[in-house]
Amino acid sequence: MEFGNGFRKLLSTIEEEIVVNQELTAKVHMRFSLYDTRLRGIVAQVLIIGLVGGFAAYIISNTATNLLDRGISTGLGFISAPSGYDVSQSLVFFPEPVTHGQMFIVGLLNTLLVAGFGVVLATILGLVMGVMRMSTNWLAAGVAYVYVDCLRNIPVLLQILFWYGVLLALPGVRQSIDLLGLAQLNNRGLFLPAPVFGAGFSLVVIAFFAAIAAIAALFYWAKKRQRLSGKTFPVFSTSLVILCVFVLVGYFIAGRPLSWNLPVQKGFGFAGGMVVSPEFTALLSALVLYTGTYIAEIFRSAIQSVSAGQKEAAAALGLGPNQIMKLVLIPQALRVAVPQLTSQYLNLTKNSSLAVAIGYPDLVATFGGTTLNQTGQAVEVIAITMGVYLGISLITSMIMNWFNARIALKER
Amino acid sequence: MSAIQELIPASAPPDSMREGIFSVMRKRLFGTLGDSLVSLAIIYLLIRYMPPLLDWMIFSADWVGSSRNDCTSGGACWAVIGARFKQFLFGFYPVDQAWRVWLTEGLLVLALAYCLVDKMPFRRQGLIFACFYPLIAAILLAGGLGLEGVPTSRWGGLLLTLVCGVVGIAVSLPLGILLALGRRSHLPAISTLCVIFIEFVRGVPLITILFMASVMLPLFLPPGTTMDQMLRALVGISLFASAYMAEVIRGGLQSIPKGQYEAADALGLGYWQSMRMIILPQALKIVIPGIVNTFISLFKDTSLVLIIGLYDLLGIANATITDTKWIGLSNEVYVFTALIYWIFCFGMSRYSLWLESKLHTGH
Repeated sequence: MEFGNGFRKLLSTIEEEIVVNQELTAKVHMRFSLYDTRLRGIVAQVLIIGLVGGFAAYIISNTATNLLDRGISTGLGFISAPSGYDVSQSLVFFPEPVTHGQMFIVGLLNTLLVAGFGVVLATILGLVMGVMRMSTNWLAAGVAYVYVDCLRNIPVLLQILFWYGVLLALPGVRQSIDLLGLAQLNNRGLFLPAPVFGAGFSLVVIAFFAAIAAIAALFYWAKKRQRLSGKTFPVFSTSLVILCVFVLVGYFIAGRPLSWNLPVQKGFGFAGGMVVSPEFTALLSALVLYTGTYIAEIFRSAIQSVSAGQKEAAAALGLGPNQIMKLVLIPQALRVAVPQLTSQYLNLTKNSSLAVAIGYPDLVATFGGTTLNQTGQAVEVIAITMGVYLGISLITSMIMNWFNARIALKER
Repeated sequence: MSAIQELIPASAPPDSMREGIFSVMRKRLFGTLGDSLVSLAIIYLLIRYMPPLLDWMIFSADWVGSSRNDCTSGGACWAVIGARFKQFLFGFYPVDQAWRVWLTEGLLVLALAYCLVDKMPFRRQGLIFACFYPLIAAILLAGGLGLEGVPTSRWGGLLLTLVCGVVGIAVSLPLGILLALGRRSHLPAISTLCVIFIEFVRGVPLITILFMASVMLPLFLPPGTTMDQMLRALVGISLFASAYMAEVIRGGLQSIPKGQYEAADALGLGYWQSMRMIILPQALKIVIPGIVNTFISLFKDTSLVLIIGLYDLLGIANATITDTKWIGLSNEVYVFTALIYWIFCFGMSRYSLWLESKLHTGH
């Protein structure tokens, strides 16, 4: 006890000494000498800022002169000017005349559409291929190996152009390839059945949200019960049953309000159904196949990064195989995978801008391409286009950082 | 007794009892019901699709001809590759000057060999040569010193792809190191500038940077000056690759233990000395796989210059497809182009694996 107190006193004296010393060093006057690192730091920073600022001023003055010489107007007035061009695919419909600003929205939505589908499909493909690559089945592992090593070493632009070429070389409307009698594939696109929502469909939607609410309540109850009594409850399978029952009951009570409008060949085209353009299909398949190779490797390395001892320890604690997967392996693998997955999702979104090569009307093709050519206002158009991608990147990394912080290892 | 025996793991059977290839195959492919289903599905797909594919590619393909009409057998028309081989190699470079391209590419192999393999004779002289290689290559390709000038608009094919790739690599490595050091600098102005540059470039697609280089660079220059289209693309690609390189190298810098920095300080080394002699050699060694991966992405990304109107390997492929003599042979041309890209990228990735195992000396 005596010794402990003495030691503690000694420690606090040393700490005070350090603090005093630090204050002293901080108060030493700056010498005007080349050997003073702080002075050199300040000089270097002033120099760099001066250089960068001077360079920027030079560029801005050049640009201003050049714009004036070429008679290019400046400002954002072009946003509300009529665009005078049309695109092949649009998720929203604006009354004529469509302005450049509205074309911006059309392009952005098309970009988000292909990126959204791409992220989901690439994750599924990557997961399947990653698991196959680790399989003990030689054929499965071989197929996954060939897939990953072939496609990741070919530029994604080349893959987009290749699939576009393949789709355009398909037979014409009259000789459409019939897919199970549901969809038709030809050189004008993929014709799919379109859902027709009847009058009572809102009831199904209500049933769906009611099921979600019931599942949330079930989660809460099961967790509380486990905390109090230690008894577990099969939450996942029960949730699935609840969801199916609620939606089906809603569907039948409302009198089956959903029907499908099949595409039927009519003259030189199709009547009914909905069409997925060859551009969209080519872009999506290339992006999914290319990004899938990277995601497969991410899943594989993440699962392999969890040491075998973890699994054995969990088994020794008496956890079942599903619990081991859910409570021990997946949380640890996710920790490795999430940052890399984020960067792949962002890569996919950025690569979707290659749509411009095959004429899919995404943001870069509509706003960054045609609008730029028509108005000539390169500075504004490129700045806005870049700003959108930058915004998407920043928002995604913020969400992923938050998620990552939640699943990060809590060191105590 | 039997309880104890169960606890002892079974040891591997002696060599004479090892299973034959067929029983191993059976176990590996049809071990469980799920395995059997997967194997059968894959075998079915292979039998269904491989023979027609091989037939198209090899057995009923046409290998020689002077136009599309010479391809009559119904398979792939590889004649287009032979007829356009020179364009694939160096675009519209004057044919009588082609020896300059060959010489440049031969010297590139030599310079690369000196950089990558450490057991070359005259290594020191070789490395000095590698340092001057970009200058030699520029003179050889563009002209000067008595050589006839060739405008860059006539460069194309694999030559242009290699020029973009090599220039990108040569610029992005030193620039990336500087940016990474700047980002970790204690001087707030410098680190802020580096962070802004790196995060901005990494947040936007390469194609917008190339558009910017192609459309906006002419506006940035003083009135009356022009800049070569290829040079603009090179500026865009190099800046883009530098930002990615900087992040890879920063990873290496962060993994160096603090003690190394302190030890360098304690030895009385200045900032640049400690970076050059202590920190960077260790940091770069750790991130070599990452650096090679960046090179691979850079090499693939050079294909984007076709969108701003340059005729790189993929640009030549596109031009060939729209040529009336060979129109509609997109599958053949793209497969061939993909094969060239694949050889380069796969080679680089294997080199990276080899280097990783060689450098894995274990501390």
